[in-house]
Amino acid sequence: MTQLEYIKEKRGEAWRDELRKSMKAKERSDIQRVHMPELDPEVRSRSLKDEVNTGLSVENAMTEAKRCLDCANPTCVSGCPVEINIPGFIKNIERGEFLEAAKTLKETSALPAVCGRVCPQEKQCEAKCIYIQKMGKEAVAIGYLERFAADYERNCGQISIPEIKKRNGIKIATVGSGPAGLSFAGDMIKRGYDVTVFEALHEIGGVLKYGIPEFRLPNEIVDVEIDSLSKMGVKFEKNCIVGKTISYEELQSEGFKGIFVASGAGLPNFMNIPGENLINVMSANEFLTRVNLMDASSEDSDTPVKMGKKVAVIGGGNTAMDAVRTARRLGADRAMIIYRRSEEEMPARLEEVKHAKEEGVEFLTLHNPLLYEGDEQGRVQKMLLQRMELGEPDASGRRKPVPVEGATEWIDVDQVIVSVGVSPNPLIPSSFKGLDVTKWGTVVINQDTMQTDLPDVYAGGDIVRGGATVILAMGDGRKAAAAMAEKLFNK
Amino acid sequence: MNKIVGKEYFSQNVVKLEVEAPLIARSRKAGHFVIVKVGPKGERIPLTIASSNIEKGTITLVIQNVGKSSKKICDLEVGDYVTDLVGPLGKATHIENFGTVVCAAGGVGIAPMLPIIEAMKKAGNKVVSVLAARTKDLVILEEQVAEYSDEVIVMTDDGSYGYKGLVTNGIEMVINREKVDMCVTIGPAIMMKFVSLLTKKYNVPTISSLNTIMVDGTGMCGACRVTVGGKTKFVCVDGPEFDAHEVDFDEMLMRLKAYN
Repeated sequence: MTQLEYIKEKRGEAWRDELRKSMKAKERSDIQRVHMPELDPEVRSRSLKDEVNTGLSVENAMTEAKRCLDCANPTCVSGCPVEINIPGFIKNIERGEFLEAAKTLKETSALPAVCGRVCPQEKQCEAKCIYIQKMGKEAVAIGYLERFAADYERNCGQISIPEIKKRNGIKIATVGSGPAGLSFAGDMIKRGYDVTVFEALHEIGGVLKYGIPEFRLPNEIVDVEIDSLSKMGVKFEKNCIVGKTISYEELQSEGFKGIFVASGAGLPNFMNIPGENLINVMSANEFLTRVNLMDASSEDSDTPVKMGKKVAVIGGGNTAMDAVRTARRLGADRAMIIYRRSEEEMPARLEEVKHAKEEGVEFLTLHNPLLYEGDEQGRVQKMLLQRMELGEPDASGRRKPVPVEGATEWIDVDQVIVSVGVSPNPLIPSSFKGLDVTKWGTVVINQDTMQTDLPDVYAGGDIVRGGATVILAMGDGRKAAAAMAEKLFNK
Repeated sequence: MNKIVGKEYFSQNVVKLEVEAPLIARSRKAGHFVIVKVGPKGERIPLTIASSNIEKGTITLVIQNVGKSSKKICDLEVGDYVTDLVGPLGKATHIENFGTVVCAAGGVGIAPMLPIIEAMKKAGNKVVSVLAARTKDLVILEEQVAEYSDEVIVMTDDGSYGYKGLVTNGIEMVINREKVDMCVTIGPAIMMKFVSLLTKKYNVPTISSLNTIMVDGTGMCGACRVTVGGKTKFVCVDGPEFDAHEVDFDEMLMRLKAYN
């Protein structure tokens, strides 16, 4: 049975029929979309760890859940990379069965509290909601509701552990403990496999720990979801680099029958412009790793971090927003986004852009750095910016930024954070002999099965896509798990 | 895992630790390093592996007490655990039969040089080791170095042991008397800079093992970046060893002061 057939079958249950009939569709669609309560920008722009969005109340969540029309053909599901039973969990919220809602989420997602917070819903599930598609109204707040259900379950302490099939004793390895690896591990353990996750860093979670800041995704929440996986039987090996500490061949000889490579795209890109190696010019990965993973801004941490007063962040993605908002919270008077296209082309989530603006971040769109200059100690002091304008659309369909001749200006800065994308780490491709990679360093896979040209090796997430999103990585993990399980089962 | 099973003081501020790490002991090669973190709020710092014992499943680290984090490591006693230890990291030293190799090490740089000396010797090279230190007490591992060297030249700044002078004086002595095919240097950045300038003058190919600031040590942040031959490289994944004549040592020296 496909996921969609399953979702339709669940829709036929008696309580769902009754709930649908309890209110007219017109009444449902007349309800205004709920607003997420958030901390005051003045307060939160000084607090590194307080979460900006404070979550829906029970009442608000139940009202918002009523907006969902429980469509016979729920298009929203097709917008979700892990195909969550969206109407199923939302209707459980409507009838007040919040723990049931959380359980429904966990059928397909290993990290609902994470996804509810960091997914770009406006481009995924919510973009496919019938309200947007057919009615010209705001979509059902699927992300907020997902978060509500997951938070409710966590806060009431009754965390359900998904059902696990009989253990089959087959050993499976996951390389990397980011969203792709965790999603894969969750799906495989449910199918009864013996799963070990190998992680290079000293913490589990990948970008969820070192990248996304506390004010957007508290580490504690990530840990609860990882803990659930542990309780299901997933083993975690930290400080272990597959390809260095332990080789592909050693994994095979230790009896691992399938390996899922989800090592991400951690290698930061630089622009290779003059002055980029000056002191206090750094990658967003370095800045965020120091602050998030190493807790460098706390007094009791041994790791230092520069807390700039005039900080420029180069780039327009989610990582750039995370870095600039972090810099602001660490005391920057001027926290600036420097982006070479216009705001319309920015890849960051709309909500992050809005939040950043409310917190006093300046947006210098259509600007691009040309070079940096430092003081006599080599510390960055100023940057030369080139003004840009949008020209003809390029191959990607986006209008190409072109320099406006003669329009340059100097800006004083004491910290520059470069966030112009990431590339796959070459470590895995170089240590898995015979693994086919593209010229960009991404691993080549069969799109249907996520299988590489090495028959026991599957791959997903950023190592396959380049820098993408949490939920796409999770979708890959889910797909790879299904394909690997089918292959091992049919053997 | 990662229990300390042996500790020895080379001098008041230089400690040798033998640490349980069976997987690393098995897979490491000369030139590799590890990242070490002590305590939940500890910093991640890079340390080169000085030697390993596959049967015992241990690696040996030599640490100079120069600051907060190195002190935390030096203070660990036998029976204590290193909170986090990951490796082996970086690229292994390129070892082949070059002919005559001068291995020039300064201070605690002697420890990470030891496995390279051994590997160079085993590859059939004539190995002349030049060990340099401020004063006699800081010359470490001389006996172990001698075991795999055809000759050991010791230089001290104050002349309290061996020849009086800098590492470069020792290297020049060798270059002036015989053909040197390769020079490997490990030590403080300023020392490696001057070794590089000297060997460039004599056209002796030179490899230096760079010790920049690092965070993760796996290529994901770029804190360790240096300019080599005009291009930005990450020491943790592209190195730590590079053609010394291509390294921008002045930039590296500047970047080492980022958190001073």
